[in-house]
Amino acid sequence: MRNSTKMMILIALVLVSIALYLFQGLNGSYDYALPRRGIKVLAMALTGVAIAYSTVIFQTITHNKILTPSVMGLDSLYMLIQTVIYFFFGSMSILVINKNINFAISVIGMIVFALLLYKFLFKAGKRPIYFLLLVGIILGTFMGSITTFLQVLIDPNEFTSLQNKLFASFNNVNGDLVWLALVIITLTVIYGWRSIRELDVLSLGRDNAINLGVDYDKIVKKMLVLSSILIATSTALVGPITFFGLIVANLSYQFFNTFKHSTLIIGASLMSLVALIGGQWIVERIFTFDTTLSVIINFIGGVYFIYLLLKESRTKS
Amino acid sequence: MIQVKEVSKYFAKKPVVDNVSVNIQSGKITSFIGPNGAGKSTLLSMVSRLLDADTGEVLLDKSDVRKWKSNDFSKRISILKQSNYMNVRLTIRELVAFGRFPYSKGRLNAEDEKMVDQAIEYMNLGDLEDSYLDELSGGQRQRAFIAMVIAQDTEYILLDEPLNNLDMKHSVQIMKILRKLVEDLGKTVVIVLHDINFASVYSDFIVALKDGRVIKDGPTHEIINSDALKEIYDMDIPIQEMNSCRICVYFNS
Ligand SMILES: Nc1ncnc2c1ncn2[C@@H]1O[C@H](COP(=O)(O)OP(=O)(O)OP(=O)(O)O)[C@@H](O)[C@H]1O
Ligand SMILES: [Mg+2]
Repeated sequence: MRNSTKMMILIALVLVSIALYLFQGLNGSYDYALPRRGIKVLAMALTGVAIAYSTVIFQTITHNKILTPSVMGLDSLYMLIQTVIYFFFGSMSILVINKNINFAISVIGMIVFALLLYKFLFKAGKRPIYFLLLVGIILGTFMGSITTFLQVLIDPNEFTSLQNKLFASFNNVNGDLVWLALVIITLTVIYGWRSIRELDVLSLGRDNAINLGVDYDKIVKKMLVLSSILIATSTALVGPITFFGLIVANLSYQFFNTFKHSTLIIGASLMSLVALIGGQWIVERIFTFDTTLSVIINFIGGVYFIYLLLKESRTKS
Repeated sequence: MIQVKEVSKYFAKKPVVDNVSVNIQSGKITSFIGPNGAGKSTLLSMVSRLLDADTGEVLLDKSDVRKWKSNDFSKRISILKQSNYMNVRLTIRELVAFGRFPYSKGRLNAEDEKMVDQAIEYMNLGDLEDSYLDELSGGQRQRAFIAMVIAQDTEYILLDEPLNNLDMKHSVQIMKILRKLVEDLGKTVVIVLHDINFASVYSDFIVALKDGRVIKDGPTHEIINSDALKEIYDMDIPIQEMNSCRICVYFNS
């Protein structure tokens, strides 16, 4: 099967999922339910693209196909920010109730954290990228510990309300924020798309990339920043589901079998759209909300991750 | 011209390349020889900007290689490393086409395609061009990488042990191709070799490194003699003249 055919199939699947989600069981509620469903579809599409795109570029610059950008600690920071807000200001504070403010704090917090981290680490001289990852993991664990500590002390009722924010969910996305996220994510993706062919060269490894005239340090920094912006935006919008990126990125590598990032990224994005929108449809209409999509995603993702690890260890030995 | 000026590189405070100065003559083949761990690869990496020198500088056309714009530089100097690990699956043709990246930025025009064809032809890989690299023998893969560097069409070509994994026939073939690139197209080739007989027969100049220092540097005939080789390798190597080639008989010394 040619890659263009595969792409067509995916596009068809995306359209089917969207149509099912939007129109199935609508019962003529065009004014009320349809716009609400539309906003949710848009939120899922944005999240799907942001996570697929950032995971693929992150895996390319780290030369590792079983990492996700969450190792840089952004998810942990998001949880810490939310927990700190609940701990110090409570669930009734303006920082929680006003979703715009909450979104702004989360996005800005994560992006500033990422920029400071990269600036600090790149300033400290040329280090292998694994050093950066290691620092990210350590900081992430550290923030995770503080979060747990605060959560233990928090009022149980507050904690239940906090928990809703810490699981990815499309059920109560805010309309205004979706449009804001649309702007941020579109601009970031367009800006990043100009370097798409340099990413192809990057997959030949650092030395070959430099030999072929790619400004390696510059592009790595640029891609780290781009992927952080995307992760920050989608996490602040629906909660942390970065793990999901691992699945779609690897499915895309397997399915398309090419080095071209334009194909890989579009493919991974379409797959995430199918999985998120189709998955949400199943959760809402078939399981009638008896479970949440993020639980299913984490379960499938976990199984797939183990499969990848086994496969890698078999090819390496 | 490439000038290496008092360049040093330290790993863990230990000098691996120690105050090295050499000039690479344009339009010639210069071989780097020396024992394992002498610093040959490290030096080549600094010339090609894969590594930064700790002290000293490398000049290309009188300006520091670190000041060159990446893309301009990649049209002047190409390097093939000693080992190449990649985690993507490519066919030979796709790999060789990457050699055109400095010019085409990934959108190959007719001229680029022609260069790719030519490079594949040069390396005798026509039959295999659609095979995946991970399905090739070590020598075929090595030739594919050399083809990529040839497609890059730079004035300076740096090759770190390109004869690794190659059989005699292909080794000779590649050395002849390099000779031809120098003679016909005026390229400059810098090559790391372990087989000193190839260095002796094909190079114009030889630079010998040992413990991070240049211990010999000169035209081939000045280096290929028993005294100089004794200094470089600590071996007594008799030399035989055959058809006006100097052959080092090192197998039982
Ligand atoms: N990244 C590194 N970190 C630490 N030490 C290094 C590194 N790269 C090289 N070295 C050390 O520097 C010395 C020179 O290495 P280099 O690869 O330049 O040798 P070489 O002359 O190319 O040897 P060979 O003929 O075996 O390829 C070696 O002792 C090696 O252990
Ligand atoms: Mg070496």
